[in-house]
Amino acid sequence: MSDVATMPAAVEPAEAPLTPESWGKLGMWIFLIGDAVGFGVLLAAYGAMRATSADWPNPYQVLGINLTAAMTFLLICSSVTMVKALEWLGKGDRDRCRWFLFFTALGGAIFVSCQAYEWQHLIHGGLHINGNPFGAALFGTSFFLVTGFHGLHVTGGVIYLVSIIRWVSHRPDPAASYNAVEITGLYWHFVDLVWIMVFTFMYLL
Amino acid sequence: MATAEHKHPNYMNIFWWLAILTVVELAVIFMGFSKITVGVLLCALALAKAALVAMYFMHLRFEVRTLGLIAVTPLAIATLLIFLLLPDGFAVAHKTQGAKAPVAAPAKH
Repeated sequence: MSDVATMPAAVEPAEAPLTPESWGKLGMWIFLIGDAVGFGVLLAAYGAMRATSADWPNPYQVLGINLTAAMTFLLICSSVTMVKALEWLGKGDRDRCRWFLFFTALGGAIFVSCQAYEWQHLIHGGLHINGNPFGAALFGTSFFLVTGFHGLHVTGGVIYLVSIIRWVSHRPDPAASYNAVEITGLYWHFVDLVWIMVFTFMYLL
Repeated sequence: MATAEHKHPNYMNIFWWLAILTVVELAVIFMGFSKITVGVLLCALALAKAALVAMYFMHLRFEVRTLGLIAVTPLAIATLLIFLLLPDGFAVAHKTQGAKAPVAAPAKH
């Protein structure tokens, strides 16, 4: 029998070398780096398609940026409420932490609602996933694919945040929740970071 | 397992920097710069904002250096991918309905 098979199940593994606080945090980082490659591939493909297209529309003239600029600001605000939630939990104030987590989830929910409104408005204006009156058909395809993929991440983040509020509520000791809230924060800030890139490359450039 | 807490930087400072950089981004596209200047400025501003979020909100500045190096690999891969895709994109022109200008002559067989 091998050494691994005979190892008692209760033995704690060694500390994660890159994140000594927890293996969970390392797990989230690995997931995020993989996810970042996914978004990176989508944005790189978008850039290559756009560079080689003869009739790519000017995005900020077709899409409009007033609403999305406000959405960007909202997501930045929600990142601040997320770090504040962690900061309050570190100070032992579980109630304030839960409120800030709630504000973060609310920011995410408003963001997704604004995105749904924007999509509806653009679809009525003729921008479809398989064509549009403004130019290259791939403009609509890439727009809905990338913003939709990001919107799914925000939706998942809101669900994650709501479940983490429950998690914190069920643990009277703030220290017992700190790691879980920090890992949630990593995911949420990543969603914000990706939007910074999406906003720049798909709306402004 | 250790339950060490991170240092908490002044998050409001980071927030103001992110807000200011976003306003600068919006200003850049209406300033009438050349297309290449706008492109370079917007890429630099987006990278600066992403770096602020990763370093301070995601606490990468306080993590082990190796984790930071691993975290930037997707950016390197995406940048490399753009250059890998471009030759193919230029070789096979996108044929979209109502294209304003022909991009390349049909390939001869």
